[in-house]
Amino acid sequence: MTEARRLYRLGGVGASPGIAVGPVALLAGRVPEPPTDGAAGPPAAEAGAALDALEAVAADLDARGEAAGGDAQDVLEAEAMMARDPSLATRIEELAGTGVPAARAVWEAFAAYRERLAAAGGYLAARAADLDDVRDRAVARLLGVPMPGVPDPGHPFVLVAADLAPADTVTLRRDRVLGFVTEQGGPTSHTAILARAMGVPAVVGCAGATGLADGTVVVVDGASGEVLVDPDRSEVLAAEARASARADARRSAATDRRPGATADGHRVDLLANLGGPEEAAAAAAAGAEGVGLLRTEFLYLDRASPPSVEEQRAAYAAVLDAFPDGKVVVRTLDAGADKPLAFLGLPDEPNPALGVRGLRALQRAPEVLAGQLEAIGQAAAASRAEVWVMAPMVAVPAEAAWFREQASRQPVAKAGVMIEVPAAALAARAILEVAEFASIGTNDLAQYAFAADRQAGGLAAFQDPWQPALLELVARVGEAGLASGRPVGICGEAAGDPVLALVLVGLGATSLSMAPTSLGDVRLLLARHSLAECETLAQLALAAPDAAAARSAVRSGARGLDELGL
Amino acid sequence: MAERRAVVGSRIGLHARPAARFVKAAAKQPVKVTIAKAGAEPVDAASILDVVTLDVHGGEEVILTAEGDGAEQALDELVEVVEADHDAT
Repeated sequence: MTEARRLYRLGGVGASPGIAVGPVALLAGRVPEPPTDGAAGPPAAEAGAALDALEAVAADLDARGEAAGGDAQDVLEAEAMMARDPSLATRIEELAGTGVPAARAVWEAFAAYRERLAAAGGYLAARAADLDDVRDRAVARLLGVPMPGVPDPGHPFVLVAADLAPADTVTLRRDRVLGFVTEQGGPTSHTAILARAMGVPAVVGCAGATGLADGTVVVVDGASGEVLVDPDRSEVLAAEARASARADARRSAATDRRPGATADGHRVDLLANLGGPEEAAAAAAAGAEGVGLLRTEFLYLDRASPPSVEEQRAAYAAVLDAFPDGKVVVRTLDAGADKPLAFLGLPDEPNPALGVRGLRALQRAPEVLAGQLEAIGQAAAASRAEVWVMAPMVAVPAEAAWFREQASRQPVAKAGVMIEVPAAALAARAILEVAEFASIGTNDLAQYAFAADRQAGGLAAFQDPWQPALLELVARVGEAGLASGRPVGICGEAAGDPVLALVLVGLGATSLSMAPTSLGDVRLLLARHSLAECETLAQLALAAPDAAAARSAVRSGARGLDELGL
Repeated sequence: MAERRAVVGSRIGLHARPAARFVKAAAKQPVKVTIAKAGAEPVDAASILDVVTLDVHGGEEVILTAEGDGAEQALDELVEVVEADHDAT
């Protein structure tokens, strides 16, 4: 065979480790609104084309409904009925009769119904999204642009997109996705977080990704960030061999219940971040030794008054029950103007991230904090688990002292603070004189240190936890922890990156708390490095000029990354 | 012209599954059927978009009309669908 092969590689940032081999499915962008002044053929032909497109959409929806079954089938059948609606067809014929081209006629015929649904509010307004989906599918057919929404080619695929928003992924069939490649986004983007939670590889910030054709086979290396396009047989075999070696290593890690430690036996607690009690059992099954961050907002959101002590106690007890011999760190309510709670009476603020939030909000509503601490205390008293409490958004030692005083009335083992504000990192020594432990929230710490909104898409690079300046702040807290003998944990996306975890341990972290799917990799890699080696890697990262250089210097100094597919 | 009044039996009203069942049944009839809320313009009972945007709630009364051969029987059948409690099935 002398047929020329189009072999090439794309490079991005590895955001979730692992190897995936499979065909590309592209997530299309939004379907454009057809122009009002497009050229139209004879009215009968335009109307015919529009109705044919709608019938094709209806047939496709019916077929997908039949394949899906259950509630999904009802939804898809209802959408098919909209596509075949006789009143809609009449309106399209009228519009075509006045010289409106097919795609525009479909758009306008739907628009009248859409307005009525949106105006009705509530349940009906939500149906406007179903209507838009049917409209966009028909318009995409007529304009010859890709179908909107998450693709469903009927087989497993690598999802490729410009970027992914939560709304894009709610309908994603997780059993079909082999991996993710996005053109934009950084290591803390929605894609990266979702991929790590699913335990599949992801490469983000990958220039040229959306130029890949549907169905092209790619090898995605979610650790190195490399995407191999249209690989030959030997390359596919090599990738599959690496993936299976990695799977073997992970299997042995999953059954490895030894506590987290370096090769020379320096203990590092490997803990899980939880958003609610329903996640506790899976975290324990994934090998979490405890909980390093229990978020408690789930108890408070969408309510007119705070939950009762008894309701809270039951929720905390459910988490403690999953870790009878472990440690559970409960973070008290972290509210602000972006997560407004009526009973806190917070004012509207132009910049909620810099406003009355976290502990600042609780200081203005001490009865809310008192109720929460009482519930945590009751749950702790009835459990064998070791319960710690911590306050979010602490900036100065006085706040840490105030919080410890509030918590001292409850039977909790330790009262500490989150370090998310650069001032708190810089004042870590003074803070750790009053707080009994510190836990660094790397995501918010990066947001505040780099003056870069976590939600601002164009600023994703500032969220990269490998940035040496961010690591300097972590080092400052780590040193204060060593000097005071008080624990310093990391809870944030950074702790779940197995290579960065080595650096964090080298900077003085005594516990790492992460999404449960990352625990196996972190435990494996940590066990292959001594504490002294971790310290050396940490110095390499601190000495680097930027995040990419830090990552690459540490990767070349760490051991076993290839073998573990990390 | 035949006319019937019927009270919607499903708590959710003529939305979601009850609406789909009603529209499917109307489309099967040999005559064109309209549906209206009291005092409002009637719409095509075979149009899911028209029926849903009518926004009929559970317990509300609707007026069904039809004309021609089989109109009476068509309306009898549709009244049954409107009054049935689809929440229960």
